[in-house]
Amino acid sequence: MTTMVMEREAPTLTATPWELVYQRPAALTDLPTHYCPGCSHGAIHRMVAEVIDELGIRERTIGVAPVGCAVFAYKYFNLDSCEAAHGRAPAMATGLKRVRPDRIVFTYQGDGDLASIGGNEILHAALRGEQITVIFVNNAVYGMTGGQMAPTTIAGMKTTSSPMGRDVLTQGYPIHIPELLAPMPGVAYAVRRSMHAVAEMRKVKKAIRMAFQAQLQGVGFSIVEILGACPTNWHVSPTDALDYIRDRMLPEYPVGDFKVDARLRD
Amino acid sequence: MTRGTVTIQSDRCKSCGLCIQACPQHVLAFAEEFNLRGYRPVQLDEREHHCTGCGVCALVCPDVVFTVYRQPLRRAA
Ligand SMILES: Cc1ncc(C[n+]2csc(CCOP(=O)(O)OP(=O)(O)O)c2C)c(N)n1
Ligand code: SF4
Ligand code: SF4
Repeated sequence: MTTMVMEREAPTLTATPWELVYQRPAALTDLPTHYCPGCSHGAIHRMVAEVIDELGIRERTIGVAPVGCAVFAYKYFNLDSCEAAHGRAPAMATGLKRVRPDRIVFTYQGDGDLASIGGNEILHAALRGEQITVIFVNNAVYGMTGGQMAPTTIAGMKTTSSPMGRDVLTQGYPIHIPELLAPMPGVAYAVRRSMHAVAEMRKVKKAIRMAFQAQLQGVGFSIVEILGACPTNWHVSPTDALDYIRDRMLPEYPVGDFKVDARLRD
Repeated sequence: MTRGTVTIQSDRCKSCGLCIQACPQHVLAFAEEFNLRGYRPVQLDEREHHCTGCGVCALVCPDVVFTVYRQPLRRAA
């Protein structure tokens, strides 16, 4: 089999030398990811890595990977990382940060991991005001295990374990994590963003930056919920998945700032 | 004049099409051939000289396929 090589050398179309304006962040390893086409995890990993590079904190940052599709996040981030038991990333991050307060510690978690089995963990880490940063990817399903209903599944949404659509009267209502955590005194930053459009993605990255900034300034617990696409388990194309976020997820999960500590500066 | 361009790591592309939809200059399209993973990767099409090096493709791509270049702005003499 021949390898098709379309990767070009740095382009030489013009006389003046090209200026490099974007390249793969150093905080990502060179490994291709196992994610499905159009899955938001890849772009969110990349934005986290860019922020870590821009803040110049790669050598002192420790990531905690979840159980879920992002289970291999520790292989994709080019920094010290470890893997927590399902939902226990905030507990592991708590331990790491308390033992090494000079380190920047973040968790990367899906909605099944964070809001279902790990609901208790995240609640109490926020209540304790742990100086950690939480990147929370809400794709409204358990992606890794085949698209079952999560606590974040929206009303009426069909999943493998709610084939008739989530019935809120018997299966309960979706959970709003940043709204829930924002009133807690130890929480410095709690916001929601979305991956459904270019302008929104830029805001995702800004929020990730602010969340790390909160930890750098030592003002408290920080969390960014990001509405992301799972085209595979939503049974739509990657581009239609963005419309699904806009039309179905956003009405239930409005983007917004639920808490921004006054001491926080960009 | 060509103001920008991109290089594409075709072997990493998963054919999701997010960049094709997002590119404001419409210079990206799927190749006819398949890459080693069985996806038809994205490539610059015949409109490639319209690329401004804005980097929107690199922003939306979940697989970090793009490197982006721009022509330095020429100052008036
Ligand atoms: C203790 C334990 N219970 C259940 C599971 C099965 N399991 C693996 S991943 C997962 C949910 C993942 O969903 P989410 O956190 O939303 O991440 P996604 O895959 O959607 O990114 C579950 C229930 C497990 N691995 N360990
Ligand atoms: S199943 Fe969903 S969350 Fe998991 S990699 Fe595929 S698209 Fe991403
Ligand atoms: S966004 Fe990335 S993975 Fe998707 S088609 Fe474009 S280059 Fe390929």
